[in-house]
Amino acid sequence: MNVTTRPSTATQAVRDSVLKAENLCKQVSSPEGLLTIVADVSLEIARGESVAVAGPSGAGKSTLLALLAGLDVPSAGRVLLDGTDLTGLDEDGRARLRAQRVGFVFQSFHLIPALTALENVMLPLELAGNAEARRAAAETLERVGLRERTAHYPRQLSGGEQQRVAIARAFVTQPAVLFADEPTGNLDSATGARVGELLFELNGNARTTLVLVTHDRELAARCVRTLRMEAGRLA
Amino acid sequence: MRAVRLALRTLAREWRSGELGVLLLALAVAVGALTGVGFLVGRIGAAVALQAVSVLGADIRLSSPQPLGAEYLDAAAHRGLRSSSTTTLLSVVFNGEASQLTDIEAVTAGYPLRGRVLVADAPFAPGVPVQGIPAPGEVWPASKLLAAVGGTVGGQLSIGAASFRVAHVLISRPDQGGTFAELSPSLIMNAVDLPATRLIQPGSRVTYAALFAGDRTRIDSFEGWLRAHKRAGERLRDISDATPQVRNAVDRAGRFLSLASLVSVLLCAIAVAMAARRYVHRHLDTVALLKTLGATRGFTLAVALLQLLALALLAALLGSALGFVAQEWLLRTIRGLLATPELPPVTATPIAVGFLTALAVLTGFALPALTQLGRVPAVRVLRRDVGPPPLRTLLAFGPAIAVVLLLIWWMVPERRLFLWVSAGLAAFVAVLAIAGAVLVAVAGRLRGRVGVAWRYGVANLARRRAESLVQLVAFGTGIMVLLLLGIIRADLNSDWRRTLPPDLPNYFFINIPPDQRAGFIAYLHGLGARTTRVLPMIRGRLIAINGVSVEATQRGREERGGFATREQNLTWTAELGADNRIVAGRWWTPADSGKPLVSLASEFQESLGLQLGDRLTFDIAGESVEATVASVRKVKWDSFQPNFFIVFAPGVLEGAAGTYLTSAYFSAGTARSLAPLARRFPSVSIFDIDELLAEVRGVLDKAALAVQSVFMFTLLAGFTVLLAAVQSSRDERRYESAMLRTLGASRGTVAQGVLAEFATLGALAGLLAAAGAAVGAFYLTREWLELRYAFELWPWLAGICGGALLVAAGGWLATRSVVRQPPLTTLRA
Ligand SMILES: Nc1ncnc2c1ncn2[C@@H]1O[C@H](COP(=O)(O)OP(=O)(O)O)[C@@H](O)[C@H]1O
Ligand SMILES: [Mg+2]
Repeated sequence: MNVTTRPSTATQAVRDSVLKAENLCKQVSSPEGLLTIVADVSLEIARGESVAVAGPSGAGKSTLLALLAGLDVPSAGRVLLDGTDLTGLDEDGRARLRAQRVGFVFQSFHLIPALTALENVMLPLELAGNAEARRAAAETLERVGLRERTAHYPRQLSGGEQQRVAIARAFVTQPAVLFADEPTGNLDSATGARVGELLFELNGNARTTLVLVTHDRELAARCVRTLRMEAGRLA
Repeated sequence: MRAVRLALRTLAREWRSGELGVLLLALAVAVGALTGVGFLVGRIGAAVALQAVSVLGADIRLSSPQPLGAEYLDAAAHRGLRSSSTTTLLSVVFNGEASQLTDIEAVTAGYPLRGRVLVADAPFAPGVPVQGIPAPGEVWPASKLLAAVGGTVGGQLSIGAASFRVAHVLISRPDQGGTFAELSPSLIMNAVDLPATRLIQPGSRVTYAALFAGDRTRIDSFEGWLRAHKRAGERLRDISDATPQVRNAVDRAGRFLSLASLVSVLLCAIAVAMAARRYVHRHLDTVALLKTLGATRGFTLAVALLQLLALALLAALLGSALGFVAQEWLLRTIRGLLATPELPPVTATPIAVGFLTALAVLTGFALPALTQLGRVPAVRVLRRDVGPPPLRTLLAFGPAIAVVLLLIWWMVPERRLFLWVSAGLAAFVAVLAIAGAVLVAVAGRLRGRVGVAWRYGVANLARRRAESLVQLVAFGTGIMVLLLLGIIRADLNSDWRRTLPPDLPNYFFINIPPDQRAGFIAYLHGLGARTTRVLPMIRGRLIAINGVSVEATQRGREERGGFATREQNLTWTAELGADNRIVAGRWWTPADSGKPLVSLASEFQESLGLQLGDRLTFDIAGESVEATVASVRKVKWDSFQPNFFIVFAPGVLEGAAGTYLTSAYFSAGTARSLAPLARRFPSVSIFDIDELLAEVRGVLDKAALAVQSVFMFTLLAGFTVLLAAVQSSRDERRYESAMLRTLGASRGTVAQGVLAEFATLGALAGLLAAAGAAVGAFYLTREWLELRYAFELWPWLAGICGGALLVAAGGWLATRSVVRQPPLTTLRA
């Protein structure tokens, strides 16, 4: 556990916020009428901070994450990501912003089955037009301990290995914010613990901001802050 | 550029997932069907053109009653064309005292430039092709001539002032002319011997001709030059003068085959649509992920499009190769039908057409689904159930329908036919779909009465109703087309066996003088020949219709060189032959004898637009004879009996000078005894149609085989649909199979269920196909082939059993791996 860094990141949060949400609302229409999934959420996260989002299943955590990352558009309110107002961008604009500033890790890994581990990691760099993609990707894979596995395809890898590739892919662009939605949810506890370790290690080195949805208490405990969500609201 | 890299990099791996393979196969089969027919029609067309010019013995022929200037031959040589010349005159050929009026053709080296000369070593023997022309001092007389004067191969014949050695017997030459009448037997000699005969005197009737041949573009430009420079009285003939009807027939057959290949293309298009849907389905996650990682909508779409483009290219190549191999094989089977021994080369057009077809099919049937990929929301990475908004109906079906219409339009550009084919196709699909829906519903009702495996299988059919319907239509169409061809082929064969009995007349005898008629027929009978009816033959020319001169009327001018102005053979008879059927008016009774009535063959009546009651005026040996059209006959020309376009009632033409003609059957051994006959009746012309008959008998079988193998593409196309369908339900099947087995079903039970499902599907498709084929065969045999349709049971049995077996086998092979998989690996994933 990297105890020493915690106070310093906390103090920085006030000065330099990398993610800011104002009165976020997400409503969807359903057969029973308008359904509010995220209700009036405001938050501010500082650069380099790590924040866990916890709460029961169905509370709206994933939806909130999608809104913060610009994967989805809010019904009301706005999101400022690294100084850019997401509501002012169209879908392609948000995509371009994500290519430069955002990394993702998912519960079910989401590697592209047709690409090797190395190619999967290269992908976000290539999308951002980075010419050094191969070298950077190989380096990052080495840092997650998969140097021997670069030429393997996802289905030749175990769950833990796949998630480490996914983590490498998320960090390789050195994003301002890394979102993770239950990154250990599909792994057994030992593997999950090692993946969590890796996440924080890379985060510490890169000074990336980490927003983490998790049921895993240990993982949540390593974050600077924990936000609790219930029925679409921050508790 | 980045999109290209990603597209290519993932393509190889995508390949493993299967649906790209199906897509490629479907496209390749579609392209193969289309290009195969394209290649075939193109080359047969070219072969027929070659055959047509061989009637001239050249590509172009310039003829004149005056000697032709040397400048034509010089000009041709200058342009790199081959040339040769012929001098033709009528003269009497002697063997001692025996003589025969002969059509003498003196030729120079190179003759004939197109087509070939057949010779033999004895009269009336089978001919073999010969190289070159007679050596100086030698002649090649025709069978009839040699037999009539009692000559032998190796013996001498005298022509004019010179004497020649008989080197071969001439069996046929390409430019001998198509009409039976007024032909004297011919003889070929070397042009250098002509002066020695001293036959050409001032005032002799001689025809001088120059023959030219070479490659198309040079010939075309030379022909232009010739037209500009030839003198009055010099006549130019080219391919357009040589049997334009044959070209028409090829065009029509080509169109029919193209439309037939359209069936394969459509089936493949269905497979493409299915595969594309699965491709899109499987890529929703990937594209959502790409978007999450920062890919724009355009980029994700570009990746998919590039992959499809690469596929289209590959499919065009593979398909063209497939089409080429198929047509090469087909051509070899039907080579006997073509007169030219060497096949014209392949052109590249079908390959371009193939690529365009692949692109069109992709655009119409895969692109709409693909646009869905661009519209997947990125949130899908977090919520699997979020997909792209559903396609609007117009976008989903519009492009497909447009592409189909475009393909039909391209094949049948005439508006009326286009509308008919399009409407027919739509109606056909609708009827098949409705019938299929009913069948699926009925099968669903019955499932309570069968075992668990069958119940499960049939339930599956009903549950995947839309897919089952598409498959039913696809398999049904494929099987139907095959059955239809089978039925028609069988019908044709039995009909031809009826109308082409082995003792069909194989010799025609023309120019039988009236006073020798009885003696000639008796002589034929003495040789053991079976004769048919004997009809008088009188030469006449149609000069006026309803009192208006034929030369003056518009239709007369349009028909120049056709029926109207040509000298016709007329006949008269009291009896209507069994091979003639009255389609308008009535045949005469004994009471009509002596009335000026005429009966026309439908071809003649149609081409001149004549009506019952029209008055026709003929010039017969300088006298005008007027007659009223009393009836129109449909003639079965393939009866090989004497038949005429124009038949007069008895008692009108008896006074006119004419000869008689008849046909007779000689059994194989007796043909040689024709030599004494030719000597005994020197003025009678003899035509051997034995070889023609053998060819005609072979034509049908080979043609049917060729057409049927084109339809093998339909079967192949149906199979790609099966593959695509099985694949699109594979994930679902895998899951179901695992569930069933977890619930305690044995692997055998699950397998039986799958088999039951496909067998039912195949049997239903076969049932639909048999019904469709019966209706189609009924229509085609009656309207097109003019035969009577006989109900047959075998198509139904073959359709239902064959369909069940075929589809079950295919489906089983394609799903085997799914059933085999242990349940745990599936449910855990
Ligand atoms: N587009 C949508 N349409 C309907 N319901 C939705 C939609 N998105 C989310 N929900 C519902 O909102 C609730 C919150 O979902 P989610 O954010 O995935 O919760 P969590 O991640 O906390 O489990 C769930 O009940 C989910 O079914
Ligand atoms: Mg969630």
